[in-house]
Amino acid sequence: MGKRRGVESSIAMADAVAMCDVDAIAAYPITPQTHIVEHLSELVYNGELDAEFVPVESEHSAMSACCGMSAAGARTFTATSSQGLLLMNEIVHIVPAMRLPVVMAVANRAISAPISIWNDHGDLASVRDTGWLQIVAENGQECFDMMPLAFRVAEDKRVHLPIMVHFDGFIVSHMIEAIAYWEPEQVKEFLPPFEPQIRLDIHNPVAMGIVGVPEIYYETRLAQHQALLDSLKVIKEAFDDLERIVGRRYNVVETYNMDKAEIALVMMGSLSETAMSAVKAMKEKGIEVGIIRPRVWRPFPTEDFLAAVKNVKALGLVDRAFTFGGHSHPLATEIKSVLYGSPVQPKIAEFTLGIGGRDVKVEDIVGMYGSLVDMLEGKDVPRIQYVGVRE
Amino acid sequence: MIEFRFHGRGGQGAVTSAELLAQSAVADGKYAQAFPSFGPERRGAPVQAFARIHHGPIHTRSKVYEPDVVLVLDYSLTAIMDVAAGLKPDGLLVVSTSKTPEEVRKDTGYQGRIAVADGIGIAMEVIGRPINNITMLGALMKASSIVPMDILGELVVGRFGEKIGSKNIAAMKKAFEDTKILEAANG
Repeated sequence: MGKRRGVESSIAMADAVAMCDVDAIAAYPITPQTHIVEHLSELVYNGELDAEFVPVESEHSAMSACCGMSAAGARTFTATSSQGLLLMNEIVHIVPAMRLPVVMAVANRAISAPISIWNDHGDLASVRDTGWLQIVAENGQECFDMMPLAFRVAEDKRVHLPIMVHFDGFIVSHMIEAIAYWEPEQVKEFLPPFEPQIRLDIHNPVAMGIVGVPEIYYETRLAQHQALLDSLKVIKEAFDDLERIVGRRYNVVETYNMDKAEIALVMMGSLSETAMSAVKAMKEKGIEVGIIRPRVWRPFPTEDFLAAVKNVKALGLVDRAFTFGGHSHPLATEIKSVLYGSPVQPKIAEFTLGIGGRDVKVEDIVGMYGSLVDMLEGKDVPRIQYVGVRE
Repeated sequence: MIEFRFHGRGGQGAVTSAELLAQSAVADGKYAQAFPSFGPERRGAPVQAFARIHHGPIHTRSKVYEPDVVLVLDYSLTAIMDVAAGLKPDGLLVVSTSKTPEEVRKDTGYQGRIAVADGIGIAMEVIGRPINNITMLGALMKASSIVPMDILGELVVGRFGEKIGSKNIAAMKKAFEDTKILEAANG
């Protein structure tokens, strides 16, 4: 395993992309993602990375360029956040439908208005139904490790779909932390060259992204859905290989202290690191609690989630985004739909916090665990709590 | 775990010193974080930066509310804000000033350990510019040997190049020599 170095997560992520020998990058800068593509453009400019860097005038153009370059057979990368992800939305839907294995890093940021450059999962929630594989990283090391993984899974001929790697803006993107880089030979062993299943080629012309008349549209969309569901197996294989080659174990659903706990919180992203300190604080009070963190958001790993939750009696669902006007917020909606009709039926409380950069303290998470304890003891607990909101 | 808060004004390099401290700790085999107070950056405005150093993986991403160490690069900040806010009673306040540690205690009200060095004076003398962020790391090292000075020096040269880096290291070493320490009031 490589020696750890103190490096900003965004820079490490860009270095990982460069180590994957990416062919083409098209991007438009937006906070807090900027450092990734800024560093990649430096590497290209300095001649350290042999890739085409296409600076574009908007995110809509960035994703359009990525679509074209990937269709031409290039290993393609971009990164964005928040409003940038919204502006490219039209093409974001088209790339998976055309089965193009673009990799995109999304430094999660709140959505306007009011204008906020700070972190929450509003942008993550907005792309749920785009058809991309979506991985939500916890820390800088995972950001680095998920880059070779994303290219490998996306380009696997059984998948051939794009992947977003989400990670918390500022809280992870601008953090200097200890990150172990892979050795070049480890990347080479893990990530085979990209062999497109179909490509734009002037010698063998094909038409891609054509009209889908009613006779084929439905089947095309169902095939896309099935391909996304089937990719879970390929992700798991890649996690196994990653462990063999670099020695770090990743799972589609991560658990923490779940061997003893009957009380658990479900959350995504870097929040789970702070939650680990809350688990410790609860342990000091004599109460065993745990964390369940879906690392893979799409395809949703239903079976793995149900296995993780099987002994849980009180489950807290933690959202960092809104479903305006909905019965529940995005993560809670998903988890409750997974649990409906399953043999596992924990009591459920829902929480929202960490919106628009509102800092989350260990005490906030201890408070949520406290509510779950109350619920288990039969006390009345609100169905949804807005933690840390000023009243 | 040791938690740090750095106070400076935009352009003085508070974020850079937090980063170099964290990077030195990682190079020394520890785990560390460094991060700015996220938001728009304005030259001259009060800024804060944070760092954490721990022997194992760090399990929090909150802001630092109760630091063990506060480092102040610009003494004028002590007049407009409580730089010692949340600083643990058994912590350390490192201040760039030509005042004595006793005067700093009076100005800030902090009863814990205080270390002072004339960071601006030293930086003007050794570097020729009033940029004291690396200089004041020397005062921090004197009061608390958190990271090895040679590792820090290597990173300073790596970041600024040999010419500017070596001047900063010389200023850092002079601050290390000149630092005056006042132990906590309660002993």
